[in-house]
Amino acid sequence: MQTKRTIFGNKGLPYLLLAPQLAITAIFFLWPAGQAVRQSFLREDAFGLSTTFVGLRNYRALFDNPEYLDALQVTVIFSIATVILSLSIALIMALAVDRMLRSAGTYTTLLIWPYAVAPAVAGILWWFIFNPAIGILPFVLEQTLGYDWNHNLTGRDAMILVIIAAVWKQISYNFLFFLAGLQSIPTSLREAAAIDGAGPFKRFWTITLPLLSPTTFFLLVVNVVFTLFDTFAIIDATTGGGPAQATNILVYKVYDDGFVGLNLGSSAAQSVILMMIVMVLTFIQFRYVERKVTY
Amino acid sequence: MTFRKFAAASTVSLLALGSTAQAQTQIDWWHAMGGELGEKTEALATAFNAAQSEFVVVPSYRGTYTETMTGAIAAFRAGEQPDIVQVFEVGTGTMMAAEGAIVPVYQLMADAGADFDPNAFLPAVVGYYTDPEGRMLSMPFNSSTPIMYYNKNLFAAAGLDPEQPPRTWAEVEAFSRQIMSSGTAECGFTTGWVSWVQLENFSAWHNQQIGTLENGFGGLETELTFNGPVQVRHWENLARWQQEGVFQYGGPGGGADAPPMFYSQTCGMYMNSSASRAGVLNNTPDFEVGIGMLPYYDDVAGAPQNSIIGGATLWVLAGGSADEQRGVAAFFNFLSSPEVQAQWHQDTGYLPITQAAYELSEAQGYYSANPGADTSIMQMTLNAPTPNSKGLRFGNYVQIRGVIDEEFQRLLAGDVDAQGALDAVVARGNALIREFEAAN
Amino acid sequence: MVENQRWLDIFAHVILILGVATVAFPVYIAVIASTHTSAAFMSGTIPLLPSTHAPASYGDVLAGGVAAQMSVPISLMLFNSMIMALLIATGKIVISIISAFAIVYFRFPFRVLAFWLIFITLMLPVEVRIVPTFAVIADLGMLNSYAGLTVPLMASATATFLFRQVFLTIPDEMMEAARIDGAGPMKFFRDILLPLSQTNIAALFVILFIYGWNQYLWPLLITTDSGYYTIVAGIKRMADVVESEPLWNYIMAVTVLAMLPPVAVVIFMQRLFVKGLVDSEK
Repeated sequence: MQTKRTIFGNKGLPYLLLAPQLAITAIFFLWPAGQAVRQSFLREDAFGLSTTFVGLRNYRALFDNPEYLDALQVTVIFSIATVILSLSIALIMALAVDRMLRSAGTYTTLLIWPYAVAPAVAGILWWFIFNPAIGILPFVLEQTLGYDWNHNLTGRDAMILVIIAAVWKQISYNFLFFLAGLQSIPTSLREAAAIDGAGPFKRFWTITLPLLSPTTFFLLVVNVVFTLFDTFAIIDATTGGGPAQATNILVYKVYDDGFVGLNLGSSAAQSVILMMIVMVLTFIQFRYVERKVTY
Repeated sequence: MTFRKFAAASTVSLLALGSTAQAQTQIDWWHAMGGELGEKTEALATAFNAAQSEFVVVPSYRGTYTETMTGAIAAFRAGEQPDIVQVFEVGTGTMMAAEGAIVPVYQLMADAGADFDPNAFLPAVVGYYTDPEGRMLSMPFNSSTPIMYYNKNLFAAAGLDPEQPPRTWAEVEAFSRQIMSSGTAECGFTTGWVSWVQLENFSAWHNQQIGTLENGFGGLETELTFNGPVQVRHWENLARWQQEGVFQYGGPGGGADAPPMFYSQTCGMYMNSSASRAGVLNNTPDFEVGIGMLPYYDDVAGAPQNSIIGGATLWVLAGGSADEQRGVAAFFNFLSSPEVQAQWHQDTGYLPITQAAYELSEAQGYYSANPGADTSIMQMTLNAPTPNSKGLRFGNYVQIRGVIDEEFQRLLAGDVDAQGALDAVVARGNALIREFEAAN
Repeated sequence: MVENQRWLDIFAHVILILGVATVAFPVYIAVIASTHTSAAFMSGTIPLLPSTHAPASYGDVLAGGVAAQMSVPISLMLFNSMIMALLIATGKIVISIISAFAIVYFRFPFRVLAFWLIFITLMLPVEVRIVPTFAVIADLGMLNSYAGLTVPLMASATATFLFRQVFLTIPDEMMEAARIDGAGPMKFFRDILLPLSQTNIAALFVILFIYGWNQYLWPLLITTDSGYYTIVAGIKRMADVVESEPLWNYIMAVTVLAMLPPVAVVIFMQRLFVKGLVDSEK
């Protein structure tokens, strides 16, 4: 770990300075996480009156449970669709803005503000637009394609709804990083390619995209984390995991089983599995960050 | 083990300083009634506090039913539970099984030496909350039962008799088709709470078993059985009617889309809680609302039987001092007095819990001034409850309700037929009940 | 520009205009909806053109005139959200900057352990440890309090790492000079480090303000007393009406109000916002 050559010699002061951060971490992060791990090996009634140690039973029950495997599948579909769509749309926007000279600033402002919209609010907005009874888009779908949109009944419609809300929310973030990445590519490289006779599409595939790969990789990790956790609010504000669990992603299931269903052991086991997923993702992200910082 | 023990050392001295000697015994009451109902609920505590000086009831609104129950359980685990908590009916199984965490009302009343006559209560209401020996476990507070609302103006426009609600499901279908074919509305009927109205109450109303061991009253080893031919036939019809537009689905849980469909005159009939009566009347200034009992299939023997209730009761959590328990007993006696009950019943539309409150409301002329307000009571007390129609009591029923909604959605989406949907409900529900049995 | 390709420029403009329109579409619909009366949503579809009832919609929600739908005026929720966002942003910055100071400028036993303990908070989003964390808050009696709303969210690995990066780029000579002048660590922190980190603090503040404002699950769970509702969590409770028709004009008015402050921050402090975003994810 990097440090200063010279340092202060006080003995107590650094502990004092770290105390608030460490206290909050211990009380609100480590302790609950430890409780979750402990609870995941127990079977307990809601009141905690009878507790039995059941070993890995809660975990085994999860992987035998078709609903959990469904939730896993739903999460994967939701994540992949959201990540691919939001990254590609953002990249197209960033490429277009990167061409602009005078209007780049204006376009940027007009594209980045959804970052500030809470996921829950993004969910409510799209939920309103897609309301089967009065929404504008179901009306248009009915009129043009004869499609009867109903996300309260059709799982696929509900999934499309939450994907649209999540993508809409995430484009601005990805756009900003892609734009920054594009602007850091030396113009000389692209000019050289142009002189060699490479057209704009060829240049994109052979020069721009490879040079953007660190940004893309970073965004990939950040977006996966976003779809796994931050989309909780979108799901809760719109479909509530329904219909028939069609949009019940893993993180929502933890909440639903633990908080609504009071099935503490199972919910805790799910928490632990999610924690392990985040740990892996964070580790990947951190490795990447460290490398980028050091060179 | 909880975090409390971890932090107790540091906080306990502060707490001791905070609670200086109080002359009155404080009774904490957590409830889930927001908005206007919340105001009326808090007014009950205020009235009790004004009526005597020994105890102070402190009500506090804790969010939805689920949040209130979860919060109270978390507080119990931390040793900081309230004296009284309001729990919805599907949480009954969970609360009942928590021996040691709750004080049954009959025992509370006996311990406190309170003057308490269990026979004064309406059996159809308290039956839901008694143990197999018929002893009262929790105090009914806000109970309701589903009834049918219909649009009299639409009925008249479609050439139906506006004073005659449909009595049978055959009539519901026929009336619906007449409403639709005459072009007065696009759908016949909708419903709130599919699981509560179209499965649980439907079963009780037709005297069909919901689960073994007296619908779960007899013990934790119970199993769901509501996939019988009568229920299958009804769900089959609902799915077909949804296809044909006779019925429109209002969504899972309470069915948030159902009331707007009735209010906007999209559907001519609407089944939902009797406690919605005030809301229905408020939201329908443009037409006259009629009230009828739930429909039944007239070829099913024993139908109509009686409907069952929903709503919530007050549970007493263990751990309070003897003084606190005496206070709770006094408060419960206050709540069940005829005047307080009659007022609450008339203000909110919830069922009265005692015979005396019902008779008082009648004497006050409430039912003649508000036609339809007693339909719910008549429907609930139509016949003496059978083991199939006393209520239901299953562990993990909150989740089972979710399963019922999910399978109903699958049925409507055409992924499964009615038999398959109900079989799946029973299989998944029984797994949840087994889990609950193992944990308790 | 590498070369002039007219068609490509036009194409880019078309793409961008489409993109901007798509991004703005839902908000446009929400604003329009908030200018109508509830009756406009009873049948048919959402209106696409504005009406004249905006003052009534916004006035009613701010003053709490919609009793059946919410028990507190929206102005109170806005106030709570503001408090929450400001406390979280300030708290995170204060806690993180002193932690980073300790880690960079001191050498002490368990320094690496402390660093890793902070790092681990990255791995435990509130959503995955929600049930046990709720229990801790309940145990500590922090339900329905500003402390409960904010303190548990104040630990921040990202902010600590950011300040660590900033401090590492500050030349050692500055500290040596301060030491020669006889300045103690806190004086050095106040007189040298704080002024040098000013822009970073401002940029981070913008990001953290938005983070705090947009919290959803946390306030939803730990505030059951309507006096502590925040606006983002409050919308959900408003839209969750079972017994009556959702009053869309009010819900959309509240939605617009919930978006306004953070969106205004992004638009008017765009430079700081971009810096904060890029810095904190580096």
